Amino acid sequence: MSDAGVGAAPATALRAADAARRRRAFGRLATRNRLAVLAALVLVAAVLAALLAPWLPLADPDVVDTPNRLRPPLAAGHALGTDEFGRDLLARLVWGARVSLTAGVASAAAAMLVGVTLGVLGGFYTGWVETVVMRLTDILMAFPYVLLAIAIVAGLGPGLRNAMVAIAIVGFPIYTRLVRGVVLSLREREFVEAARALGASDAVILRRHVLPHLLSPVIVAFSLDVGAKILATAGLSFLGLGTQPPTADWGSMLATGRTFVILSPHVVLLPGLAIFVIVLALNLVGDAVRDLLDPRAAAR
Amino acid sequence: MRRYLARRLLLLVPVLAGVSVIIFMVLHLSPGDPAEIMLGSQATREDLARLRADLGLNEPLHVQYLKWVGHVVRGDLGRSLWMKRPVLGEVLTRLQATLLLTATALVLSSAAGVALGVAAATRPNSVLDRLSAVASLFGASMPSFWLGIVLMVVFALWLGWLPASGMYAPHGGGDLRDLLSHLILPAVTLAAASVTIVARLTRSAMLETLGQDYVRTARAKGVSDRAVVLRHGLSNALVPIVTVIGVQAGYLLGGAVLTETVFAWPGVGTLMVQGILARDFPLVQGCVLVVALSFVLVNLAVDLLYAWLDPRIRYV
Repeated sequence: MSDAGVGAAPATALRAADAARRRRAFGRLATRNRLAVLAALVLVAAVLAALLAPWLPLADPDVVDTPNRLRPPLAAGHALGTDEFGRDLLARLVWGARVSLTAGVASAAAAMLVGVTLGVLGGFYTGWVETVVMRLTDILMAFPYVLLAIAIVAGLGPGLRNAMVAIAIVGFPIYTRLVRGVVLSLREREFVEAARALGASDAVILRRHVLPHLLSPVIVAFSLDVGAKILATAGLSFLGLGTQPPTADWGSMLATGRTFVILSPHVVLLPGLAIFVIVLALNLVGDAVRDLLDPRAAAR
Repeated sequence: MRRYLARRLLLLVPVLAGVSVIIFMVLHLSPGDPAEIMLGSQATREDLARLRADLGLNEPLHVQYLKWVGHVVRGDLGRSLWMKRPVLGEVLTRLQATLLLTATALVLSSAAGVALGVAAATRPNSVLDRLSAVASLFGASMPSFWLGIVLMVVFALWLGWLPASGMYAPHGGGDLRDLLSHLILPAVTLAAASVTIVARLTRSAMLETLGQDYVRTARAKGVSDRAVVLRHGLSNALVPIVTVIGVQAGYLLGGAVLTETVFAWPGVGTLMVQGILARDFPLVQGCVLVVALSFVLVNLAVDLLYAWLDPRIRYV
């Protein structure tokens, strides 16, 4: 038996023990975070409903039926009632979910891509690149978040796509700051120095030694960010600067329903509740992801 | 302290320059001709030419920017196309209402948030502590405009305790009592999310200071619980708390736009949204500029407050 063979058995045992420990930790998290599991189920259901909306047995969300306007929930044929034009609220909520969820995920993803790229550049390259990137983020952060988004939509013109662009622009500096901080500390680490000494190019160092370390903080930030972005797009739609009629997302449904709030509170309460439940679920799942990937933050 | 102040004021210059570039660019982000966007498709060629000349749109971009900054520095924010009045006066009138709303919300959220946070930190894992954790999760997930509508439905429409919207009653109002009764719902709505953030941060900052050796020493000396919590705990936890309150001030200024719209509060936010829908670019620029400037000044005030609270910061 060779030396390597002698060492292999304990190593395998160690690895198995390690895996078991990790499984137990995951199990503990899952039981402690029963709420997060429930939240994940809610999210899966919402995403499935949004994806499958065309095939679900729902009324047409845009068909106007004025004789049946403002029906309360549980009315015949309308489980959640109807809006001010007699359109089926359940159908509009499910179709609205497509818009709201897409807007939230897409604007968070765009903010993340831009923010991470700039953060890596600003952290890895000193000199003018760093100066430009950091001053840009400083200036963008010198505005109140919502205000800048509104100003950008004002320039681009109201509409869902422009609202998403605005929210992504306003949102990327957070990722830039986060990533730059991590990259700055990585740049000084021995393994990066060693790779450089071995003649690795910047691209190789970034891909093999820097990006893998960014994965977990960025995933944590992203999972907590999607909810915030859904709130922000809903807010812009509520102001009339996002989705334009007849298309509806939850924010614009709230805005139009507001006029009828005395007669039929459900027209306003339901879309707001939908936003609240989805964002709450996203935050719970985001917290669980953070606990899983960043145990130090969880202990705090 | 004076040197620190001078340095902080100097640092404002690049930030303000950047802010002004961004606000100026907003007008020029639009893919089409700004004059056409503002006047709509019905405008005659003469109208368009006149507006372009008025706004200086025929000149190169950097010349336009420098001219605009020159006017802004002299307090000339241009004329509102929609209201046919100078923008500055209109925005400043509205700013008072926005600042009143924001400041009230900030006082509410700081007072309630710090009190809740201190209470939660002195009794970790108590019912109150858990409740405040749940509340902070709810606060981060609830659309403020929805909360505003719900509060309005409950307290104004169903219970009839408070007025639903506006700043003063249309008839017979106008005194302080009237103003306060109109202020309560929007201020509470705006403060709601911040309260929970301030409370969570106060809790963690307090837990950290209460775990320090000097706190144990104070307790060992027989200092009363109250004095330990307030004098040794809270006063040393103040720097992070002030930081988060400063950040909240900025969020509140921005978030006020939504709250103002819900309650028809006559602030800069409602004015700006009206300006956007009327495609009145000078008005929108003026609103953004004034709010951004207030935000920068609030941040400066917070930084100065730190330096006063913690002398070490002045010498960094």
